[in-house]
Amino acid sequence: MTMTPRRRRLYWVLGILAGVALAGTLALQAFRSNVTFFFDPTQVSAGAVKSGQRFRLGGMVEKGSLVRQAGQLEVRFAVTDFKSTVKVRYTGVLPDLFREGAGVVAHGRLNTDGEFIADEVLAKHDEKYMPPEVARSLKKGEPRSGN
Amino acid sequence: MREFLDMSGYAAYVWPSVGLTLAVLLANVYWARRLVRSAQAEARRRLASGAQS
Amino acid sequence: MSWAWFHRFASPPYFYSLTLRLAPWLGWPAGLLIVGGLYGGLVLAPPDYQQSDAFRIVYVHAPAAWVSLMSYSLMAFAAAVGLIWRMKVAHAVAAACAPVGASITAVCLVTGMLWGQPMWGTYWAWDPRLVFELVLLFFFLGYMGLRSAIDDVSRADRASAVLAVVGVVNVPIVHFSVTWWNSLHQAPSVMRMQEAAMPASMLVPLLMSFLGFTLYFYAVMLVRARAEVLRRDRGGSWVRDVLAARGKAA
Repeated sequence: MTMTPRRRRLYWVLGILAGVALAGTLALQAFRSNVTFFFDPTQVSAGAVKSGQRFRLGGMVEKGSLVRQAGQLEVRFAVTDFKSTVKVRYTGVLPDLFREGAGVVAHGRLNTDGEFIADEVLAKHDEKYMPPEVARSLKKGEPRSGN
Repeated sequence: MREFLDMSGYAAYVWPSVGLTLAVLLANVYWARRLVRSAQAEARRRLASGAQS
Repeated sequence: MSWAWFHRFASPPYFYSLTLRLAPWLGWPAGLLIVGGLYGGLVLAPPDYQQSDAFRIVYVHAPAAWVSLMSYSLMAFAAAVGLIWRMKVAHAVAAACAPVGASITAVCLVTGMLWGQPMWGTYWAWDPRLVFELVLLFFFLGYMGLRSAIDDVSRADRASAVLAVVGVVNVPIVHFSVTWWNSLHQAPSVMRMQEAAMPASMLVPLLMSFLGFTLYFYAVMLVRARAEVLRRDRGGSWVRDVLAARGKAA
């Protein structure tokens, strides 16, 4: 069977593409844990992180968990994924979007008591946008729809 | 107007974003036109030298 | 199916006159849509309930992100066509995509940083989405660097085309990085299967901006492609005609 040069070049290009895609997939699989930006509380409780290792903890700030001591910069809160919860201590300025019930990513390490000592706290927001009035009326409707 | 420019305190992030974007968009138009002019000038030189030889 | 249209595209004089006619029909609507989209987004749209006015950066950031991926995909596709069919016009299109795409990718990264600092609390994080978008910029720059390192145009075309095709693997990685891995960056609001995650007052200006940036890219890319076609075909008699008729069409 003879091949036209054009067909041969087509197969070359497709071959290169397939090879690179395969290599990329394998590389990303191999470095999966390095690509993971943060661990959730369930992974942390299951011991996915070696003790003393610096890592990022991500999840929701548990409602009602935020405690600020008067006159101090230290804050305490809990990060949850609704299955497990990890307590966090942090000294510093919180980002504007940090609030209870919202997403958060903290960088630090676990102490011996299983508390997460953070030295950086980043706020994570979702992809939904809406005007303040709409958000307010949605919130008002919440308890009724819950009943 | 002042309220609009202030962007509820985020002016230092919103306006540089918009300004940079518009500057790059305009610069691209300028660069593209300049590239066409230089390619035309080069082609013209080529034709001129080709005609002599 | 007739391939006549395809062969017509491959003809430099046809492509040259096509870009000359097409560019203003893309460029002017693009300008109007971008101005309208920005007016709608910065002035008319309500602030976001969480991010307040900082969310308005989306009106330049998200369209730039879309164009960065679209322009790379087009560049890789044109480069592949150029490699397989030995088509000069396709290589010219690929070469024209790179500088525009690279600059818009840089805009996407910088506006993202200016958004990240007030909202997330940091300009930069080694988050998968951010890292792979940076890799996209490096592919654009690598493509341009490789081109400029090779003097012979047709050799530069072929070598850089291979790099462009290799790098296209990164495009889906950028898009799906936020769903495949835990990420600081949120999921897409518009480029997703479900309905867009915002009301019409916010969405309409954003869609205008998306369309405007897209048309803008094609307009500027075609102007550059015209120059690239001219560089690759200086000997043809059509070049003489084009240059003679140039008086009005700059």
